[in-house]
Amino acid sequence: MKQIVVAESLTKHYGDFPALKGVSFNISEGECFGLLGHNGAGKSTTLKMLYGLARVESGQLRLFDHPISLTPPAIKQILGVVPQEDNLDPDLPVLENLITYARLFGIGRAQAREKSLAMLRFMGLDAKEESLIDALSGGQKRRLVIARALLNSPRLLILDEPTTGLDPQGRHLVWQKLRGLKSEGVTMVLTTHYMEEAAQLCDRLVIMHEGLVLTEGTPSELVASHVLPFVIEIRLPLDAIPDDIGDRVNAFGGEALPVMEGLFLYTREGNRLWQQIGDWGLPQHSCFLRPASLEDVFLRLTGRGTEP
Amino acid sequence: MIGAFRVLSRHWQVFARTWLHNLMFNVAEPLLYLSALGFGLGMLIGDIEGVSYLQFIAPGMVALSAMYSATFECTYGTFLRLHYQKTLQAILVGPVTVGEVIAGELLYGMFKSVLFGVVILIVVSILGLVPAVTAVFIPLFLVLPGAVFSILAVCYTAMIKNIDQLNYYITLAIMPFFLFGGLYFPVGNLPDWVQQLNWLNPLYHSIEVCRALALGQISDRLWVHVAVLSAMIIVLARLPLRLMKNRLLV
Ligand SMILES: Nc1ncnc2c1ncn2[C@@H]1O[C@H](COP(=O)(O)OP(=O)(O)O)[C@@H](O)[C@H]1O
Ligand SMILES: [Mg+2]
Repeated sequence: MKQIVVAESLTKHYGDFPALKGVSFNISEGECFGLLGHNGAGKSTTLKMLYGLARVESGQLRLFDHPISLTPPAIKQILGVVPQEDNLDPDLPVLENLITYARLFGIGRAQAREKSLAMLRFMGLDAKEESLIDALSGGQKRRLVIARALLNSPRLLILDEPTTGLDPQGRHLVWQKLRGLKSEGVTMVLTTHYMEEAAQLCDRLVIMHEGLVLTEGTPSELVASHVLPFVIEIRLPLDAIPDDIGDRVNAFGGEALPVMEGLFLYTREGNRLWQQIGDWGLPQHSCFLRPASLEDVFLRLTGRGTEP
Repeated sequence: MIGAFRVLSRHWQVFARTWLHNLMFNVAEPLLYLSALGFGLGMLIGDIEGVSYLQFIAPGMVALSAMYSATFECTYGTFLRLHYQKTLQAILVGPVTVGEVIAGELLYGMFKSVLFGVVILIVVSILGLVPAVTAVFIPLFLVLPGAVFSILAVCYTAMIKNIDQLNYYITLAIMPFFLFGGLYFPVGNLPDWVQQLNWLNPLYHSIEVCRALALGQISDRLWVHVAVLSAMIIVLARLPLRLMKNRLLV
Protein backbone atom coordinates (compact mmCIF):
# COMPACT_ATOMS: atom_id res chain seq x y z
CA MET A 1 0.00 0.00 0.00
CA LYS A 2 1.29 3.42 -0.97
CA GLN A 3 2.37 5.61 1.93
CA ILE A 4 0.86 9.10 1.79
CA VAL A 5 2.43 10.34 5.01
CA VAL A 6 5.66 9.09 6.53
CA ALA A 7 6.65 10.88 9.73
CA GLU A 8 9.81 9.93 11.56
CA SER A 9 10.93 11.34 14.90
CA LEU A 10 9.34 14.74 14.35
CA THR A 11 10.19 17.31 16.97
CA LYS A 12 8.98 20.84 17.62
CA HIS A 13 9.79 23.38 20.29
CA TYR A 14 7.86 26.52 21.15
CA GLY A 15 10.67 28.52 22.72
CA ASP A 16 12.14 26.05 25.18
CA PHE A 17 8.97 24.04 25.47
CA PRO A 18 9.08 20.70 23.62
CA ALA A 19 5.66 20.26 22.03
CA LEU A 20 6.75 17.23 19.96
CA LYS A 21 9.49 14.98 21.25
CA GLY A 22 9.92 12.53 18.39
CA VAL A 23 6.64 11.59 16.75
CA SER A 24 6.56 8.81 14.16
CA PHE A 25 3.69 7.34 12.18
CA ASN A 26 2.71 6.35 8.65
CA ILE A 27 -0.54 6.83 6.81
CA SER A 28 -1.38 4.62 3.83
CA GLU A 29 -3.49 5.61 0.88
CA GLY A 30 -7.24 5.33 1.50
CA GLU A 31 -6.81 4.97 5.23
CA CYS A 32 -8.48 6.98 7.99
CA PHE A 33 -5.84 7.64 10.60
CA GLY A 34 -6.52 9.08 14.05
CA LEU A 35 -4.45 11.07 16.53
CA LEU A 36 -5.88 10.81 20.03
CA GLY A 37 -4.67 12.69 23.03
CA HIS A 38 -5.47 15.20 25.74
CA ASN A 39 -5.26 18.92 25.15
CA GLY A 40 -1.61 19.80 24.77
CA ALA A 41 -0.56 16.34 23.57
CA GLY A 42 0.80 17.84 20.35
CA LYS A 43 -1.91 16.77 17.91
CA SER A 44 -2.49 20.18 16.31
CA THR A 45 1.22 20.84 16.06
CA THR A 46 1.65 17.55 14.21
CA LEU A 47 -1.14 18.37 11.79
CA LYS A 48 0.17 21.91 11.20
CA MET A 49 3.42 20.32 10.13
CA LEU A 50 1.50 18.31 7.55
CA TYR A 51 -0.53 21.21 6.19
CA GLY A 52 2.23 23.77 6.06
CA LEU A 53 1.73 26.15 8.98
CA ALA A 54 4.59 24.64 10.96
CA ARG A 55 8.11 23.93 9.79
CA VAL A 56 9.69 20.57 10.42
CA GLU A 57 12.28 21.21 13.09
CA SER A 58 14.02 17.86 13.19
CA GLY A 59 13.10 14.37 12.09
CA GLN A 60 11.78 13.50 8.68
CA LEU A 61 8.47 14.08 7.01
CA ARG A 62 7.45 12.78 3.61
CA LEU A 63 4.13 13.66 1.97
CA PHE A 64 3.14 11.94 -1.25
CA ASP A 65 6.73 10.77 -1.46
CA HIS A 66 8.26 14.25 -1.26
CA PRO A 67 10.60 15.22 1.57
CA ILE A 68 9.11 18.17 3.45
CA SER A 69 10.63 20.93 5.52
CA LEU A 70 7.71 23.30 4.91
CA THR A 71 4.83 21.94 2.85
CA PRO A 72 5.00 23.67 -0.57
CA PRO A 73 2.04 24.99 -2.61
CA ALA A 74 2.14 22.06 -5.03
CA ILE A 75 1.32 19.70 -2.16
CA LYS A 76 -1.07 22.08 -0.41
CA GLN A 77 -2.98 22.05 -3.69
CA ILE A 78 -4.09 18.46 -3.00
CA LEU A 79 -4.74 18.79 0.75
CA GLY A 80 -8.06 19.57 2.38
CA VAL A 81 -7.67 21.15 5.80
CA VAL A 82 -10.08 21.65 8.69
CA PRO A 83 -8.11 23.59 11.29
CA GLN A 84 -8.99 23.38 14.96
CA GLU A 85 -10.13 27.00 15.02
CA ASP A 86 -12.80 28.05 12.55
CA ASN A 87 -11.11 30.67 10.39
CA LEU A 88 -13.87 31.48 7.95
CA ASP A 89 -13.68 34.85 6.27
CA PRO A 90 -16.02 37.14 8.23
CA ASP A 91 -15.78 39.77 5.49
CA LEU A 92 -17.63 37.54 3.02
CA PRO A 93 -21.01 35.76 3.13
CA VAL A 94 -21.25 31.96 3.15
CA LEU A 95 -21.30 31.16 -0.58
CA GLU A 96 -18.68 33.80 -1.39
CA ASN A 97 -16.45 32.34 1.33
CA LEU A 98 -16.37 29.07 -0.56
CA ILE A 99 -16.07 30.56 -4.04
CA THR A 100 -13.20 32.80 -2.99
CA TYR A 101 -11.43 29.89 -1.34
CA ALA A 102 -11.90 27.69 -4.38
CA ARG A 103 -10.43 30.46 -6.56
CA LEU A 104 -7.31 30.33 -4.42
CA PHE A 105 -6.79 26.83 -5.80
CA GLY A 106 -6.96 28.11 -9.36
CA ILE A 107 -10.51 26.93 -9.98
CA GLY A 108 -12.32 29.17 -12.50
CA ARG A 109 -15.14 31.36 -11.24
CA ALA A 110 -18.03 29.47 -12.84
CA GLN A 111 -16.74 26.11 -11.71
CA ALA A 112 -15.90 27.48 -8.27
CA ARG A 113 -19.49 28.61 -7.89
CA GLU A 114 -20.84 25.26 -9.00
CA LYS A 115 -18.56 23.33 -6.63
CA SER A 116 -19.35 25.68 -3.76
CA LEU A 117 -23.09 25.23 -4.20
CA ALA A 118 -22.60 21.47 -4.37
CA MET A 119 -20.56 21.49 -1.15
CA LEU A 120 -23.16 23.63 0.64
CA ARG A 121 -25.78 21.07 -0.31
CA PHE A 122 -23.50 18.21 0.70
CA MET A 123 -23.06 19.74 4.16
CA GLY A 124 -26.72 20.70 4.53
CA LEU A 125 -26.09 24.43 4.38
CA ASP A 126 -27.85 25.31 1.14
CA ALA A 127 -30.32 27.60 2.89
CA LYS A 128 -27.44 29.74 4.18
CA GLU A 129 -25.83 30.92 0.94
CA GLU A 130 -26.19 34.60 1.65
CA SER A 131 -25.82 34.49 5.44
CA LEU A 132 -22.99 36.30 7.12
CA ILE A 133 -20.50 34.11 8.94
CA ASP A 134 -21.27 35.77 12.26
CA ALA A 135 -24.91 34.77 11.88
CA LEU A 136 -24.09 31.03 11.74
CA SER A 137 -24.27 28.74 14.75
CA GLY A 138 -21.09 27.04 15.93
CA GLY A 139 -22.15 23.79 14.30
CA GLN A 140 -22.94 25.48 10.98
CA LYS A 141 -19.54 27.18 10.97
CA ARG A 142 -17.84 23.86 11.57
CA ARG A 143 -19.73 22.23 8.71
CA LEU A 144 -18.86 25.17 6.46
CA VAL A 145 -15.17 24.75 7.28
CA ILE A 146 -15.47 21.09 6.31
CA ALA A 147 -17.25 22.05 3.09
CA ARG A 148 -14.43 24.50 2.36
CA ALA A 149 -11.84 21.75 2.85
CA LEU A 150 -13.49 19.63 0.16
CA LEU A 151 -13.66 22.24 -2.61
CA ASN A 152 -10.42 21.18 -4.27
CA SER A 153 -11.29 17.45 -4.16
CA PRO A 154 -8.33 16.76 -1.86
CA ARG A 155 -6.38 13.52 -1.88
CA LEU A 156 -5.53 13.90 1.80
CA LEU A 157 -8.05 15.36 4.20
CA ILE A 158 -6.63 16.72 7.45
CA LEU A 159 -9.21 17.27 10.18
CA ASP A 160 -8.27 18.85 13.52
CA GLU A 161 -11.12 18.09 15.91
CA PRO A 162 -13.74 18.18 13.14
CA THR A 163 -16.70 17.64 15.44
CA THR A 164 -15.74 19.57 18.56
CA GLY A 165 -18.57 21.95 19.34
CA LEU A 166 -21.16 20.05 17.31
CA ASP A 167 -24.33 18.67 18.84
CA PRO A 168 -24.80 14.88 18.62
CA GLN A 169 -26.92 15.21 15.50
CA GLY A 170 -24.33 17.39 13.76
CA ARG A 171 -21.63 14.99 14.82
CA HIS A 172 -23.44 12.03 13.26
CA LEU A 173 -23.98 14.00 10.07
CA VAL A 174 -20.27 14.74 9.83
CA TRP A 175 -19.35 11.12 10.57
CA GLN A 176 -21.65 9.98 7.82
CA LYS A 177 -20.12 12.41 5.34
CA LEU A 178 -16.60 11.41 6.30
CA ARG A 179 -17.43 7.72 5.90
CA GLY A 180 -18.79 8.56 2.46
CA LEU A 181 -15.54 10.30 1.51
CA LYS A 182 -13.54 7.41 2.86
CA SER A 183 -15.46 4.97 0.70
CA GLU A 184 -14.50 7.15 -2.28
CA GLY A 185 -10.89 6.52 -1.40
CA VAL A 186 -9.97 9.86 0.24
CA THR A 187 -7.14 9.43 2.73
CA MET A 188 -7.88 11.08 6.07
CA VAL A 189 -6.11 12.03 9.24
CA LEU A 190 -8.09 13.39 12.15
CA THR A 191 -7.64 14.34 15.76
CA THR A 192 -10.37 13.91 18.29
CA HIS A 193 -11.27 13.83 21.95
CA TYR A 194 -14.15 11.50 21.31
CA MET A 195 -13.28 7.84 21.61
CA GLU A 196 -16.50 6.93 19.89
CA GLU A 197 -15.50 9.06 16.93
CA ALA A 198 -12.12 7.37 16.73
CA ALA A 199 -13.67 3.93 17.03
CA GLN A 200 -16.28 4.71 14.37
CA LEU A 201 -14.03 6.31 11.79
CA CYS A 202 -10.41 5.36 12.23
CA ASP A 203 -8.81 2.32 10.66
CA ARG A 204 -5.69 2.94 12.68
CA LEU A 205 -4.73 5.42 15.32
CA VAL A 206 -2.03 6.60 17.64
CA ILE A 207 -2.45 7.79 21.20
CA MET A 208 -0.30 10.84 21.86
CA HIS A 209 0.71 12.18 25.23
CA GLU A 210 3.00 15.12 26.01
CA GLY A 211 4.60 15.16 22.58
CA LEU A 212 5.11 11.41 22.26
CA VAL A 213 3.28 8.58 20.55
CA LEU A 214 2.40 6.07 23.26
CA THR A 215 0.94 3.37 21.06
CA GLU A 216 -0.34 2.63 17.60
CA GLY A 217 -2.78 0.14 16.09
CA THR A 218 -6.34 -0.52 14.99
CA PRO A 219 -8.96 0.28 17.63
CA SER A 220 -9.56 -3.41 18.35
CA GLU A 221 -5.83 -4.20 18.45
CA LEU A 222 -5.30 -1.45 20.97
CA VAL A 223 -8.10 -2.66 23.18
CA ALA A 224 -6.88 -6.26 22.94
CA SER A 225 -3.26 -5.43 23.69
CA HIS A 226 -3.63 -2.86 26.46
CA VAL A 227 -6.64 -3.84 28.57
CA LEU A 228 -8.60 -6.93 29.58
CA PRO A 229 -11.82 -7.35 27.61
CA PHE A 230 -14.41 -6.54 30.32
CA VAL A 231 -14.76 -3.69 32.75
CA ILE A 232 -16.83 -3.22 35.84
CA GLU A 233 -17.14 0.43 36.70
CA ILE A 234 -17.66 0.98 40.41
CA ARG A 235 -19.49 4.24 40.74
CA LEU A 236 -18.81 4.95 44.37
CA PRO A 237 -16.52 7.48 46.03
CA LEU A 238 -13.12 5.86 46.64
CA ASP A 239 -13.60 5.97 50.45
CA ALA A 240 -16.84 4.01 50.15
CA ILE A 241 -15.05 1.15 48.38
CA PRO A 242 -13.57 -1.57 50.62
CA ASP A 243 -9.75 -1.33 50.78
CA ASP A 244 -9.12 -4.94 49.88
CA ILE A 245 -10.89 -4.85 46.51
CA GLY A 246 -7.62 -4.34 44.64
CA ASP A 247 -6.07 -7.45 46.16
CA ARG A 248 -9.18 -9.53 45.61
CA VAL A 249 -9.39 -8.54 41.94
CA ASN A 250 -5.73 -9.33 41.44
CA ALA A 251 -6.21 -12.75 43.05
CA PHE A 252 -9.17 -13.23 40.70
CA GLY A 253 -6.88 -12.61 37.74
CA GLY A 254 -8.10 -9.11 37.00
CA GLU A 255 -6.85 -5.62 37.58
CA ALA A 256 -8.17 -2.52 39.39
CA LEU A 257 -7.55 0.98 38.09
CA PRO A 258 -8.53 4.04 40.11
CA VAL A 259 -10.17 6.77 38.09
CA MET A 260 -11.49 10.15 39.09
CA GLU A 261 -15.07 8.99 39.59
CA GLY A 262 -14.29 5.67 41.32
CA LEU A 263 -12.61 2.40 40.48
CA PHE A 264 -12.57 0.32 37.29
CA LEU A 265 -12.08 -3.45 37.49
CA TYR A 266 -10.72 -5.15 34.37
CA THR A 267 -11.15 -8.85 33.80
CA ARG A 268 -11.27 -11.61 31.22
CA GLU A 269 -14.37 -13.07 32.84
CA GLY A 270 -16.89 -10.30 33.14
CA ASN A 271 -19.89 -12.35 34.21
CA ARG A 272 -18.02 -14.35 36.82
CA LEU A 273 -16.55 -11.21 38.40
CA TRP A 274 -19.99 -9.59 38.29
CA GLN A 275 -21.34 -12.46 40.40
CA GLN A 276 -18.45 -12.04 42.84
CA ILE A 277 -18.52 -8.39 43.69
CA GLY A 278 -21.67 -8.57 45.79
CA ASP A 279 -19.82 -10.85 48.21
CA TRP A 280 -16.94 -8.33 48.31
CA GLY A 281 -19.23 -5.60 49.61
CA LEU A 282 -20.01 -3.87 46.34
CA PRO A 283 -23.73 -3.42 45.64
CA GLN A 284 -24.48 -4.25 41.98
CA HIS A 285 -26.72 -1.20 41.59
CA SER A 286 -23.74 1.12 41.88
CA CYS A 287 -21.67 -0.96 39.46
CA PHE A 288 -21.80 -1.32 35.71
CA LEU A 289 -20.46 -4.13 33.52
CA ARG A 290 -19.41 -3.37 29.93
CA PRO A 291 -16.90 -4.48 27.29
CA ALA A 292 -13.58 -2.62 27.36
CA SER A 293 -13.16 0.18 24.81
CA LEU A 294 -10.63 2.66 23.51
CA GLU A 295 -11.54 4.89 26.41
CA ASP A 296 -10.01 2.29 28.72
CA VAL A 297 -6.83 2.11 26.66
CA PHE A 298 -6.60 5.85 26.85
CA LEU A 299 -7.18 5.88 30.58
CA ARG A 300 -4.64 3.19 31.14
CA LEU A 301 -1.90 4.80 29.04
CA THR A 302 -2.33 8.45 29.92
CA GLY A 303 -3.50 8.07 33.50
CA ARG A 304 -6.73 9.92 32.97
CA GLY A 305 -9.87 9.73 30.90
CA THR A 306 -10.89 11.96 28.03
CA GLU A 307 -12.56 15.26 28.65
CA PRO A 308 -16.35 15.01 28.44
CA MET B 1 3.79 34.87 -8.12
CA ILE B 2 0.36 33.88 -9.48
CA GLY B 3 -0.48 33.07 -5.85
CA ALA B 4 -0.11 36.74 -4.89
CA PHE B 5 -2.77 37.69 -7.39
CA ARG B 6 -5.06 34.96 -6.16
CA VAL B 7 -4.66 36.37 -2.65
CA LEU B 8 -5.34 39.82 -4.04
CA SER B 9 -8.49 38.53 -5.68
CA ARG B 10 -9.80 37.57 -2.23
CA HIS B 11 -9.19 41.15 -1.08
CA TRP B 12 -10.86 42.36 -4.25
CA GLN B 13 -14.00 40.38 -3.38
CA VAL B 14 -14.14 42.10 -0.02
CA PHE B 15 -13.44 45.48 -1.57
CA ALA B 16 -16.26 45.01 -4.07
CA ARG B 17 -18.61 44.74 -1.10
CA THR B 18 -17.26 47.57 0.99
CA TRP B 19 -15.97 50.19 -1.42
CA LEU B 20 -18.61 52.78 -0.62
CA HIS B 21 -17.95 52.64 3.08
CA ASN B 22 -14.24 52.69 2.28
CA LEU B 23 -14.61 55.70 0.05
CA MET B 24 -16.30 57.69 2.79
CA PHE B 25 -13.63 56.81 5.29
CA ASN B 26 -10.66 57.46 3.05
CA VAL B 27 -11.86 60.55 1.30
CA ALA B 28 -13.59 62.43 4.07
CA GLU B 29 -10.48 63.19 6.07
CA PRO B 30 -8.35 64.87 3.35
CA LEU B 31 -11.36 66.86 2.19
CA LEU B 32 -12.03 68.05 5.72
CA TYR B 33 -8.43 69.20 6.04
CA LEU B 34 -8.59 70.82 2.66
CA SER B 35 -11.70 72.81 3.41
CA ALA B 36 -10.84 73.79 6.98
CA LEU B 37 -7.23 74.78 6.31
CA GLY B 38 -7.64 75.86 2.76
CA PHE B 39 -10.55 78.18 3.33
CA GLY B 40 -9.59 79.14 6.88
CA LEU B 41 -5.84 79.66 6.58
CA GLY B 42 -6.07 80.50 2.90
CA MET B 43 -7.81 83.75 3.76
CA LEU B 44 -4.86 84.81 5.88
CA ILE B 45 -2.08 83.50 3.72
CA GLY B 46 -2.87 84.49 0.17
CA ASP B 47 -0.45 83.16 -2.45
CA ILE B 48 2.46 80.81 -1.83
CA GLU B 49 5.22 80.35 -4.40
CA GLY B 50 3.07 81.99 -7.00
CA VAL B 51 -0.10 79.91 -6.57
CA SER B 52 -3.17 80.27 -4.36
CA TYR B 53 -2.98 78.57 -0.98
CA LEU B 54 -5.69 76.08 -1.98
CA GLN B 55 -3.77 75.16 -5.11
CA PHE B 56 -0.66 74.77 -2.99
CA ILE B 57 -2.18 72.30 -0.56
CA ALA B 58 -4.53 70.39 -2.91
CA PRO B 59 -1.83 68.08 -4.39
CA GLY B 60 -0.69 67.36 -0.84
CA MET B 61 -4.19 66.10 -0.09
CA VAL B 62 -3.78 63.59 -2.88
CA ALA B 63 -0.51 62.39 -1.37
CA LEU B 64 -2.07 62.37 2.10
CA SER B 65 -5.05 60.30 1.03
CA ALA B 66 -2.73 57.83 -0.69
CA MET B 67 -0.61 57.55 2.46
CA TYR B 68 -3.59 57.03 4.75
CA SER B 69 -5.18 54.40 2.53
CA ALA B 70 -2.08 52.24 2.34
CA THR B 71 -1.34 52.78 6.00
CA PHE B 72 -4.75 51.85 7.34
CA GLU B 73 -5.10 48.83 5.09
CA CYS B 74 -1.70 47.43 6.03
CA THR B 75 -1.89 48.25 9.74
CA TYR B 76 -5.43 47.78 11.02
CA GLY B 77 -6.55 45.70 8.04
CA THR B 78 -3.56 43.39 8.11
CA PHE B 79 -3.60 43.16 11.91
CA LEU B 80 -7.26 42.06 11.91
CA ARG B 81 -6.66 39.50 9.19
CA LEU B 82 -3.62 38.17 11.03
CA HIS B 83 -4.73 38.10 14.65
CA TYR B 84 -8.52 38.31 14.84
CA GLN B 85 -9.98 36.85 11.67
CA LYS B 86 -7.05 34.50 10.98
CA THR B 87 -7.77 35.09 7.30
CA LEU B 88 -4.09 35.09 6.43
CA GLN B 89 -3.62 31.70 8.06
CA ALA B 90 -6.66 30.37 6.21
CA ILE B 91 -5.24 31.61 2.92
CA LEU B 92 -1.82 30.18 3.71
CA VAL B 93 -3.33 26.72 4.07
CA GLY B 94 -4.20 27.03 0.39
CA PRO B 95 -1.60 26.55 -2.36
CA VAL B 96 0.35 29.76 -1.75
CA THR B 97 3.61 30.67 -0.03
CA VAL B 98 4.01 33.09 2.87
CA GLY B 99 5.67 35.44 0.41
CA GLU B 100 2.60 35.41 -1.80
CA VAL B 101 0.29 36.08 1.15
CA ILE B 102 2.41 39.08 2.14
CA ALA B 103 2.67 40.24 -1.46
CA GLY B 104 -1.13 40.10 -1.61
CA GLU B 105 -1.33 42.39 1.43
CA LEU B 106 1.12 44.85 -0.11
CA LEU B 107 -0.63 44.84 -3.48
CA TYR B 108 -3.94 45.52 -1.77
CA GLY B 109 -2.40 48.41 0.18
CA MET B 110 -0.94 49.82 -3.04
CA PHE B 111 -4.19 49.40 -4.90
CA LYS B 112 -6.14 51.30 -2.27
CA SER B 113 -3.45 53.91 -2.02
CA VAL B 114 -3.50 54.71 -5.73
CA LEU B 115 -7.26 54.48 -5.91
CA PHE B 116 -8.02 56.86 -3.08
CA GLY B 117 -5.24 59.20 -4.15
CA VAL B 118 -6.89 59.35 -7.55
CA VAL B 119 -10.31 59.95 -6.03
CA ILE B 120 -8.98 63.05 -4.25
CA LEU B 121 -7.19 64.08 -7.40
CA ILE B 122 -10.49 63.98 -9.27
CA VAL B 123 -12.22 65.97 -6.55
CA VAL B 124 -9.60 68.72 -6.42
CA SER B 125 -9.51 68.82 -10.23
CA ILE B 126 -13.25 69.35 -10.29
CA LEU B 127 -12.74 72.15 -7.78
CA GLY B 128 -10.38 73.73 -10.29
CA LEU B 129 -7.29 73.36 -8.10
CA VAL B 130 -5.17 71.42 -10.60
CA PRO B 131 -3.99 73.71 -13.38
CA ALA B 132 -1.48 71.51 -15.22
CA VAL B 133 -2.12 68.53 -17.51
CA THR B 134 1.01 66.84 -16.21
CA ALA B 135 -1.27 65.83 -13.31
CA VAL B 136 -2.25 62.81 -15.41
CA PHE B 137 1.05 61.22 -14.34
CA ILE B 138 0.11 61.40 -10.67
CA PRO B 139 -1.78 58.06 -10.59
CA LEU B 140 1.23 56.28 -12.05
CA PHE B 141 3.58 57.99 -9.63
CA LEU B 142 1.40 57.07 -6.62
CA VAL B 143 2.42 53.43 -7.02
CA LEU B 144 5.80 54.32 -5.48
CA PRO B 145 4.68 55.95 -2.22
CA GLY B 146 1.85 53.36 -2.09
CA ALA B 147 4.47 50.62 -2.01
CA VAL B 148 6.62 52.41 0.58
CA PHE B 149 3.72 53.04 2.97
CA SER B 150 2.36 49.52 2.55
CA ILE B 151 5.77 47.99 3.25
CA LEU B 152 6.36 50.16 6.31
CA ALA B 153 2.91 49.38 7.67
CA VAL B 154 3.19 45.61 7.19
CA CYS B 155 6.62 45.65 8.83
CA TYR B 156 5.35 47.50 11.87
CA THR B 157 2.23 45.33 12.08
CA ALA B 158 4.40 42.23 12.00
CA MET B 159 6.37 43.48 15.00
CA ILE B 160 3.49 44.13 17.39
CA LYS B 161 1.24 41.82 19.36
CA ASN B 162 -1.45 44.21 20.53
CA ILE B 163 -3.66 46.32 18.33
CA ASP B 164 -3.24 49.35 20.62
CA GLN B 165 0.41 49.46 19.64
CA LEU B 166 -0.68 50.63 16.20
CA ASN B 167 -1.31 54.01 17.80
CA TYR B 168 2.44 54.47 18.24
CA TYR B 169 2.97 54.03 14.54
CA ILE B 170 0.27 56.50 13.66
CA THR B 171 1.41 59.07 16.23
CA LEU B 172 5.17 58.68 15.95
CA ALA B 173 5.58 57.97 12.24
CA ILE B 174 2.55 58.96 10.23
CA MET B 175 1.83 62.22 12.09
CA PRO B 176 5.39 63.60 11.76
CA PHE B 177 5.45 62.58 8.08
CA PHE B 178 2.32 64.59 7.70
CA LEU B 179 3.22 67.59 9.87
CA PHE B 180 6.73 68.11 8.52
CA GLY B 181 6.23 66.85 4.98
CA GLY B 182 5.51 70.24 3.47
CA LEU B 183 1.78 69.85 3.18
CA TYR B 184 0.71 73.21 4.61
CA PHE B 185 3.81 75.29 4.09
CA PRO B 186 6.93 75.07 1.97
CA VAL B 187 9.56 72.94 3.69
CA GLY B 188 12.07 75.73 3.10
CA ASN B 189 10.59 77.43 6.16
CA LEU B 190 11.64 74.57 8.43
CA PRO B 191 14.91 74.43 10.40
CA ASP B 192 17.78 72.91 8.48
CA TRP B 193 17.93 69.67 10.43
CA VAL B 194 14.24 69.02 9.83
CA GLN B 195 14.83 69.54 6.13
CA GLN B 196 17.64 66.98 6.26
CA LEU B 197 15.40 64.50 8.10
CA ASN B 198 12.74 64.99 5.48
CA TRP B 199 14.87 62.99 3.05
CA LEU B 200 13.70 59.98 5.05
CA ASN B 201 10.10 61.13 4.96
CA PRO B 202 8.31 59.32 2.12
CA LEU B 203 5.36 61.69 2.31
CA TYR B 204 7.66 64.67 1.70
CA HIS B 205 8.85 63.11 -1.56
CA SER B 206 5.33 62.18 -2.51
CA ILE B 207 4.00 65.69 -1.89
CA GLU B 208 6.84 67.31 -3.82
CA VAL B 209 6.18 65.18 -6.90
CA CYS B 210 2.39 65.43 -6.73
CA ARG B 211 2.59 69.20 -6.35
CA ALA B 212 5.03 69.64 -9.19
CA LEU B 213 2.91 67.47 -11.50
CA ALA B 214 -0.31 69.21 -10.48
CA LEU B 215 1.15 72.69 -10.94
CA GLY B 216 3.19 71.87 -14.01
CA GLN B 217 6.50 72.73 -12.33
CA ILE B 218 8.48 69.99 -13.98
CA SER B 219 12.20 69.80 -13.26
CA ASP B 220 14.94 67.19 -13.07
CA ARG B 221 14.71 67.42 -9.32
CA LEU B 222 11.58 65.24 -9.46
CA TRP B 223 13.73 62.29 -10.47
CA VAL B 224 15.60 62.65 -7.21
CA HIS B 225 12.38 62.13 -5.26
CA VAL B 226 11.42 59.22 -7.48
CA ALA B 227 14.88 57.76 -6.94
CA VAL B 228 14.67 58.10 -3.16
CA LEU B 229 11.26 56.43 -3.03
CA SER B 230 12.48 53.65 -5.33
CA ALA B 231 15.54 53.17 -3.14
CA MET B 232 13.31 52.87 -0.07
CA ILE B 233 11.31 50.16 -1.80
CA ILE B 234 14.42 48.25 -2.83
CA VAL B 235 15.97 48.46 0.62
CA LEU B 236 12.81 47.52 2.51
CA ALA B 237 11.26 45.08 0.04
CA ARG B 238 12.37 41.87 1.76
CA LEU B 239 11.65 43.01 5.29
CA PRO B 240 7.87 42.38 5.44
CA LEU B 241 8.36 38.72 4.54
CA ARG B 242 11.18 38.26 7.05
CA LEU B 243 9.12 39.79 9.85
CA MET B 244 5.79 38.19 8.94
CA LYS B 245 7.16 34.69 8.43
CA ASN B 246 7.44 34.14 12.15
CA ARG B 247 3.95 35.45 12.71
CA LEU B 248 2.35 33.09 10.22
CA LEU B 249 4.48 30.00 10.69
CA VAL B 250 5.57 28.15 13.79
N1 LIG C 1 2.03 28.88 19.13
C1 LIG C 1 2.37 28.30 20.29
N2 LIG C 1 3.23 28.91 21.14
C2 LIG C 1 3.60 28.33 22.29
N3 LIG C 1 3.16 27.14 22.71
C3 LIG C 1 2.31 26.47 21.93
C4 LIG C 1 1.87 27.01 20.68
N4 LIG C 1 1.02 26.13 20.11
C5 LIG C 1 0.94 25.08 20.95
N5 LIG C 1 1.70 25.28 22.05
C6 LIG C 1 1.89 24.33 23.16
O1 LIG C 1 2.35 23.12 22.62
C7 LIG C 1 1.70 22.02 23.23
C8 LIG C 1 1.02 21.19 22.16
O2 LIG C 1 -0.03 21.95 21.61
P1 LIG C 1 -1.01 21.38 20.49
O3 LIG C 1 -0.20 20.81 19.39
O4 LIG C 1 -1.95 22.47 20.16
O5 LIG C 1 -1.73 20.21 21.26
P2 LIG C 1 -3.15 19.54 21.04
O6 LIG C 1 -3.64 19.90 19.69
O7 LIG C 1 -2.89 18.07 21.20
O8 LIG C 1 -4.05 20.04 22.12
C9 LIG C 1 0.74 22.60 24.25
O9 LIG C 1 1.35 22.53 25.51
C10 LIG C 1 0.56 24.02 23.82
O10 LIG C 1 0.33 24.84 24.93
MG1 LIG D 1 -5.33 20.85 19.18
